Amino acid sequence: MKKYVCTVCAYVYDPEKGDPDNEIAPGSKFEDIPDDWVCPECGVGKEEFELEG
Amino acid sequence: MKAKKIKENIYWVGAIDWSVRNFHGYLTQRGTTYNAYLIIDEKITLIDTVKPGMEDEMLARISDIIDPSKIDYVVSNHVEMDHSGGLPKIMELAKSATIITCPNGDKGLKKHYKQDWNFKIVSTGDKINLGKLSLQFVLTPMVHWPDNMFTYMPEEKLLFSNDGFGQHLATTERFDDEYSEDILMLEAKKYYANIVLPYPNSVKKALGQAGNLDIEIIAPSHGIIWRKNVAKIVGEYHKWVSNKEEKKAIIVYDTMWKSTEKIAHTIQSVFEDNGYNAPLFNLQFNHMSDIMTEVLTAEYVCVGSPTLNKNIMPSVAGFLTYFQGLSPKGKKAIAFGSYGWGDQSIPKITEFFKNSGLEIIDSYKVNYIPDNDALNEISVKLNAKLMQK
Repeated sequence: MKKYVCTVCAYVYDPEKGDPDNEIAPGSKFEDIPDDWVCPECGVGKEEFELEG
Repeated sequence: MKAKKIKENIYWVGAIDWSVRNFHGYLTQRGTTYNAYLIIDEKITLIDTVKPGMEDEMLARISDIIDPSKIDYVVSNHVEMDHSGGLPKIMELAKSATIITCPNGDKGLKKHYKQDWNFKIVSTGDKINLGKLSLQFVLTPMVHWPDNMFTYMPEEKLLFSNDGFGQHLATTERFDDEYSEDILMLEAKKYYANIVLPYPNSVKKALGQAGNLDIEIIAPSHGIIWRKNVAKIVGEYHKWVSNKEEKKAIIVYDTMWKSTEKIAHTIQSVFEDNGYNAPLFNLQFNHMSDIMTEVLTAEYVCVGSPTLNKNIMPSVAGFLTYFQGLSPKGKKAIAFGSYGWGDQSIPKITEFFKNSGLEIIDSYKVNYIPDNDALNEISVKLNAKLMQK
């Protein structure tokens, strides 16, 4: 599964870990996260993320 | 206005804000400084600027050393206006100067000032030669904005840390060995608790990167420069970021007719009996930013409000909103309060606790005025909870 990086604060969304503090279960693909999810570090929306590479 | 020499060819040229007392809700009871630093070399360089309206003080201090129009580089470590606010005046005087900033700094400065200035964008590991001296850059996003970075000068082992390791202190002293260490450490702790606290992951990264540098002086953008206590303040940051708790329970409340206050005193007494340091903060007399300094190392946060018109008191709501934004991690929480008919305050407070990710231990409500039986019941319940641990 692919990791995504927040372009604002450099937080990395790792699908293996998910974001359990915000009800994103481990194993959730970035594409499957609800659209109202925000970066747990800086608060921007999914559109500010890009594929890690 | 004089510049203050930090090292050979390096000067403090900032501004002292003696009168500021409210910094976006942070009570700055000792004022603050906006620290800019001037480096004299083949390339004349200014590190950060000052708050809008205080440019003349900075320019006077720069002019004590050199004509400001001769500045070649302005390093912008942080977009926020208390540090970038002097850019328009500097760039007007030093027309050929280049602003050195990170990619997020470039975006933010353009959105703030909408000027066609020369920008050089740097990233972590980039170096710029000034002549005899040089600068290296370390991006530290979210300590505490996306555009924050550290600038390091290896020749003098000097870290320009911007808001990291800062303190809101208006003083004529510039170095930690010239000033009261207790006040300095307290203000550094308050600054961390009110500015840096929400971003522990970013702080850990920044500390990791700073750990690879050989540092003798830390020159932040607010307050006093660290040269005696560099290891101590870095050690404190490691402690604060790792959530190391003391045996401390803080009790925060407001009260109408002293019923909620009686519960607060009972809770305090139980914690003390169990070996806890349990300070009491009535929100009518204590500022939320001072309370956050105490929250930083507390194990328990107890918040009380009577029910006022089917809600909590605005002072308590204000504190909880501020608390939720700063989101200290790993705390245990207790809600309490009195009520007359509808008992809405406990659910309102616990909702804040849930949204802040706190572990809710218990809650205590009392109808009208708590008598000894009601207070004893709370003591027994809280004692039992503390025994369970």
